[in-house]
Amino acid sequence: MRIGDSLPEWHVEATPTFVISTAIATRDFQDVHHDRDLAIQRGSKDIFINILTTTGLVQRYVTDWAGPEALVRQVNIRLGAPCYAYDTLKFFGQVIGRSDQDLTIEVVGRTGHGDHVTGTVKIEVPA
Amino acid sequence: MIDIEKEAARIAEQGESAPRLARDPVNLPMINNWLEALGDRHPGYTEVAPPAMVQVWTMGGLHGQRTLDDPLGAMMKILDEAGFTSVVATNSDQTYHRYLRVGEHLSVTSTLEDVTGPKKTALGEGWFVTTRSTWYVGDEPVAEMRFRVLKFRPAEKAVQQPEAPKAQAIRPSINRDTEYFWDGCREGELRIQRCGGCGLLRHPPGPMCPECGATKPKYLVSDGRGVVYSYVVHHHPQVPGKQTPFVVALVELDEGVRMLGELDGEPSIGLPVEVVFTKVDDELTMPSWRPRADR
Repeated sequence: MRIGDSLPEWHVEATPTFVISTAIATRDFQDVHHDRDLAIQRGSKDIFINILTTTGLVQRYVTDWAGPEALVRQVNIRLGAPCYAYDTLKFFGQVIGRSDQDLTIEVVGRTGHGDHVTGTVKIEVPA
Repeated sequence: MIDIEKEAARIAEQGESAPRLARDPVNLPMINNWLEALGDRHPGYTEVAPPAMVQVWTMGGLHGQRTLDDPLGAMMKILDEAGFTSVVATNSDQTYHRYLRVGEHLSVTSTLEDVTGPKKTALGEGWFVTTRSTWYVGDEPVAEMRFRVLKFRPAEKAVQQPEAPKAQAIRPSINRDTEYFWDGCREGELRIQRCGGCGLLRHPPGPMCPECGATKPKYLVSDGRGVVYSYVVHHHPQVPGKQTPFVVALVELDEGVRMLGELDGEPSIGLPVEVVFTKVDDELTMPSWRPRADR
């Protein structure tokens, strides 16, 4: 795990079931995450993924790559275009910093509408 | 006139809101629901929770209401009254001081950190509101989050359809190499240039065959059917005589050459399309693509 190393690209199919089950599993009951009629009424194209899920997916992307021994210390994300039901969310990542056991990984999650999430994750890996 | 900065200072001065206790202690059923929904197969979450779950424990739930001393709620109300009625989250920065063990009972507090504005954004004029949440187990801070939202007045112009420019549509420049193509369009034929020497099909047209060098091009009439090889959705800049957004598709014809044209329909790679001809005036007929009915 060195500076410049890339994480393997990862695709998440944001099916309606995925959008809804993750919203409920994160205890986010806002209607735009499970009720398409209301989401459209409020000006959205469809239901969309909630922020707590985006945070969780960013964490999962990094730990899937770094392995279960890695400890997650920070997830800093900037939110962009919504990830709607039926979008494919594609994750890309790269190690941009390392000092001893502390790594900084830059992550981008992108849909056809643009960047859904960009950010950095700080982890600590075993010596 | 509401003095937003003064109101923000007043709320910030109130400092940390009273701790709000999570409904449940950190527990395995909720961890497992979360892992299952996100498809996370991390084997390590049997005694500790995924760090990114921290906010989950203190979510308000199905009938949750903001507490009266919640600074984000108070600031949102002031901005609503000032006409900044829409909200979008822009940043979430979470720091986890340690992993949370099953059985630990979290509480959360919140402070107003910063209110900046008014700023002109793509969504409209608005204020960035930053709050800091701190999660505690007893008196011990275990995680923090800086959360920023943009509270904005929706820009009306941004949602209106831009008016189509009044100018006339751009016309093709027709020359001796391309004349046969536009003649064909007028007659309802999609013509592909074919080398008079070796028979190679080529598009776009040119005076000389890149394969054999012959300079006597002919053409054949295509069936006008193919699939979308690639496409762009054009949003900006405005194009004379066109309403944005529109789709320009590169279509691979059944005869093997690729041809550009506007696509009337939802684009996707591999979409079966057929040609349609639209008469602009006596001189010009434009070919374009539409999804095939038999796909």
